[in-house]
Amino acid sequence: MATVPSIEIAIPETLPRVRGRGPAFWRFVRKNPLGAAGGLLVVLLLGAALFADVLATHNPIRTSSRVLVAPGADFWLGTDNLGRDLWSRVVYGSRISLTVGLASTLLGALVGGLIGLVSGYVGGWTDLVAQRLMDIMQALPILVLALVLAAALGPSLTNTVIAISVVIAPRAARVVRASVLAIREFVYVESARALGVSHARVALRHILPNTFGPFIVLVTAQLGGAILAEAALSFLGLGVPEPYPSWGRMLSIAAAEYAQKAPWLVIYPGLAISLAVFGTNLLGDALRDTLDPRLRGS
Amino acid sequence: MRTYVVKRLLIAGVTLLGMSLLLFVLMRLAPGNITDIIFESAGYVDEADRLKLEVELGIDRGRWLGDFVRGELGKSYRYDLPAWEVIKPRLPVTLELAVLAMGFSVLLGVPFGVISAARRGGLIDYVLRVVSLAGLSMPSFWLAMIVILLLVRSMGWIPSMTYVSPFDDLRANLAQFLLPALAVGYRSSALIMRITRSTMLEVLREDYIRTAWAKGQRGRQVVWRHALKNASLPVVTLIGIEFAFLIGGLIVTETVFNLPGVARYLVDAIQFRDYPIVQNLAMLIAVVVVFANLTVDLLYTWLDPRIKYGA
Repeated sequence: MATVPSIEIAIPETLPRVRGRGPAFWRFVRKNPLGAAGGLLVVLLLGAALFADVLATHNPIRTSSRVLVAPGADFWLGTDNLGRDLWSRVVYGSRISLTVGLASTLLGALVGGLIGLVSGYVGGWTDLVAQRLMDIMQALPILVLALVLAAALGPSLTNTVIAISVVIAPRAARVVRASVLAIREFVYVESARALGVSHARVALRHILPNTFGPFIVLVTAQLGGAILAEAALSFLGLGVPEPYPSWGRMLSIAAAEYAQKAPWLVIYPGLAISLAVFGTNLLGDALRDTLDPRLRGS
Repeated sequence: MRTYVVKRLLIAGVTLLGMSLLLFVLMRLAPGNITDIIFESAGYVDEADRLKLEVELGIDRGRWLGDFVRGELGKSYRYDLPAWEVIKPRLPVTLELAVLAMGFSVLLGVPFGVISAARRGGLIDYVLRVVSLAGLSMPSFWLAMIVILLLVRSMGWIPSMTYVSPFDDLRANLAQFLLPALAVGYRSSALIMRITRSTMLEVLREDYIRTAWAKGQRGRQVVWRHALKNASLPVVTLIGIEFAFLIGGLIVTETVFNLPGVARYLVDAIQFRDYPIVQNLAMLIAVVVVFANLTVDLLYTWLDPRIKYGA
């Protein structure tokens, strides 16, 4: 690989032009076609969630006597065993998935990130205790812990969010702590301390912003996992309860029972989950490549 | 090294102790404790009797931990049998499923990861990356449902309702396990492929690889022998950790495929509020995870002599 002598970089002929939003956007699309596709899927998901009222053709929770109708002009994706329109349920389901996914990821990432910041910056016993606590939280597979938590808290929307965020928090704490440990040793941090800046201000203003890259990467990476966890919990009957149209719930017992007679009950909600998670995963990968070049392509 | 092992063992012990506490508190929080159910059905409430019953059922903390260490897992309220009696016949099912799934995921994940890295940016790399990301995006239980649906439609195959032991009929057993193992293994293979690809990419950039190329080694030799050897460490780590974490994927898959494994039993127990079983099973899973992590960490030193553990 030919390397450009550093001196040429040091004396640029013209100052780098400040790019507008447009070109930067297209550059991202061209460099990351997969990431752009993911972004499109996420936008579609957001659109479905925001405009569910407009997109839905029927009331998603009203039952009718027209049960297990095949997809057609009246019911685009057919109806379920209680005569509810599947298209409307899938559209409204995006709200549940996105709400639970975003809320649990953000809650988990904020709490975890704060723990990581404190434990990494303070160090010593605080760090040791925090680390052991994180070990404990991570000693169970994600779904097992979420399952036990959901069982203990009882099935509800809020409790599902709490259960999933508890699982995400230790991961966020690990990521933020690792960056804080590295950043803490930088000279600029030392000089800020030498200038008499308080610990809290150093941690929040000088260190925290620099952990943002890995943090964003983590949040997008966990979002897909959170959506999947909600689907699995609801599938097992321990997540979001009826009558909320949750995708995972739609796939549970009823769908399995009628799968042969009405395969659309199995196909579409699962497709919705997969596309939503696929989109966030693709976007997450592209964001990581852009924001954290060290991890490129992993 | 020895202090390191001792330290790691201590940490594992502390972790498991903390987990037991956490589980205990969580099961206490759970709505509708078993004693409630018993008392509701009996129709009278006497606090003393209730406490006695709690001790008997192993909900009493101090005793539970002691019992657990001695291998007594309490008594299943639902089956009225010692928990271990109910769990034991289910262990081989989960173990076989986990081993098969892991086998699939390594056989698929490592070669595809290597190919993807060697052909970086090419069409095959894109296709493999999309396929692996799709694996991470599909709920394994949905994949399983779709597979069953397709098989029933095309061949009239119906998942067997009863479990066949491999010692009775190996073919029937494999027919029963192959699909669930693939459904679970796909996800893990995607993870393994991604980590293989990224470490391979790192290793392929190193000087000794350039040297190998420069002295005219054949491409296949460089990639599969020189590079893969040094890239295998993170892969081995992931495989070790995934093996324990596979249990999470098994929970739903065992439910969908109607396999009487441990993971499904956990769900059953939660649904029937058989909390001593939930508590004990979760603890058992935690033990497996912690020891898998410990083993992987210790394997590190053996696999990579460059790593030396000080204090």
